[in-house]
Amino acid sequence: MTEVNHAKIDSEIAGKRELTGLQSIVQTQPFWVFVAIMVLGIVMTMVSDVFLTERNMFNVTRNFAFFGIMALGMTAVICTAGIDLSVGSLMGLTGIVTGLVMQAGYGIGLGFLACMGTAALVGLVNGVLIAYLRMAPFVVTLGMLAMARSIAMVLSNNKMIYAFGPDQDLFEWIGGESMMGIPNPVWVLAVLTAVFWWVYRYSTWGRWVFAIGGNKQAAKLAGIPVERVIVSVYVVCSLCAGLAAFLMVGWFGSVTNALGLTYELNVIAATVIGGANLMGGVAYALGAPIGAALMELIRNSLLLAGIDALWQQFFVGLFLILAVLLEQIRNRGRT
Amino acid sequence: MPVLSLKGITKTFGAIQALSDVDLTLERGEALGLMGDNGAGKSTLMRIVAGNFPPTAGRIFLEDQAVHFSQPADARRHGIEIVYQDLALCDNLSAAANVFLGRELKRRFGPIRYLDHQAMFDRAAELFAELKSETRPRDLVRQMSGGQRQAVAIARTRLSDPKIVLMDEPTAAISVRQVAEVLDLIRRLKETNHAVILVSHRMPDVFSVCDRVAVLRRGRKVADKPVDKTSPEEVTGLITGAIEAA
Repeated sequence: MTEVNHAKIDSEIAGKRELTGLQSIVQTQPFWVFVAIMVLGIVMTMVSDVFLTERNMFNVTRNFAFFGIMALGMTAVICTAGIDLSVGSLMGLTGIVTGLVMQAGYGIGLGFLACMGTAALVGLVNGVLIAYLRMAPFVVTLGMLAMARSIAMVLSNNKMIYAFGPDQDLFEWIGGESMMGIPNPVWVLAVLTAVFWWVYRYSTWGRWVFAIGGNKQAAKLAGIPVERVIVSVYVVCSLCAGLAAFLMVGWFGSVTNALGLTYELNVIAATVIGGANLMGGVAYALGAPIGAALMELIRNSLLLAGIDALWQQFFVGLFLILAVLLEQIRNRGRT
Repeated sequence: MPVLSLKGITKTFGAIQALSDVDLTLERGEALGLMGDNGAGKSTLMRIVAGNFPPTAGRIFLEDQAVHFSQPADARRHGIEIVYQDLALCDNLSAAANVFLGRELKRRFGPIRYLDHQAMFDRAAELFAELKSETRPRDLVRQMSGGQRQAVAIARTRLSDPKIVLMDEPTAAISVRQVAEVLDLIRRLKETNHAVILVSHRMPDVFSVCDRVAVLRRGRKVADKPVDKTSPEEVTGLITGAIEAA
């Protein structure tokens, strides 16, 4: 029999120091994904002459910006232990709505309002069904995935839109051009990431989103308006998808109702790779761009390595599963 | 004038009669032990007073003023705080964040209001010091011992200056030393003229800090007397039904 020294255990527990800022950063998943990005970048620089060229970097950053913007909204949803499968279809719907409004000769201001208004409406429907009728987020947003895409098809009459009225040039500049050598969508992503970071850290709304993900019942008992907060995260997520669609249509210079098809997979994967826990209560604003960046980097690397593009979704799926596995292993170590 | 009085509280859940016609009063500076077997209706009664759900029949008076609570925030506004049996904490948040959950301290910068982390950490640290708990405000609740979690849940009731503190099995999951700390806290609440209702299974706890003990059996109040006019044996008999009523 071994004697248990309670006094020693007590003093060890009491002596355990609080984590410093740096230590707590090192413990997060986005940090390790960032390290992975750096390693992959160094390897690719050595292997490929094309990788570090300005042209390739420009493309890589612009491509991941759209996913990063959508993933930011998804962090809020996943933090409440929810999921939004409808973001890809919503891109199609909002893209078509924007196109139709601008094609009809209205300015870019009205086009943007129509785009965001449609997004907010869809988010509101998702949120109300989930928060007040207590339906499973998976089912509600899966239904919306089908419905939003279908409405996009009906509205567009299955035709491509490529004429955007009087503000066509400005519209295409916002989505497709750059400022100071950095693509405009990347600027939008950077600003939004800073906003989300601040909101998660310093706003009561952010605090409540995390509280709901940690223990919904406790949040309710503490007097937090749980239903209203849940509705709001779905609206925020939808608005991010709408914004991404607005930028993407401007970049393409055209839109079909297939815009954003299967993007929900990439967005959810980016969010989860960026450290968001599907069980709720854990999410990082910085994780969204970092997760999206890793996925785009893998896609780009495969391309440069001459591997068939048909393999891309395979690796997206693989990294999604690996990220969840990593999270589970880390959780096991914690308890 | 009693700070709290319940008159004819009845609660049914479908066909189940959880409480029938319960009267109860509580004076300032008094600790009432509420005892009973599992399913006797103790937690249901506490949750009615805390505003989780309304009674099917009966009325609640605070200092002779009739009140109706439709949500916990209503009860809290009237100076009633509760420590839930399962503590109702968010594991993913810090101790301080849990203490201030739903009542976050904010600072103003022009039109923008933002969380004042430092003020919340400082205030939480003061509360934990008052409770003589080693809980650190920045630690995540996930990493805490049962006693530390208890301290977080109790510290929460000290944010406002409540008139009535309800405690649902506060000593069920903690160590012997920590039980002594919780009981000390209840004594301190009494000294500062707060009223406490302690729901407990533990006879020694009730007899050491409470002034009065009420016993529920199958949703009915079968006894309500000062602790010095009864004994653990009698209370045990009342709980099990060996003694019909006292």
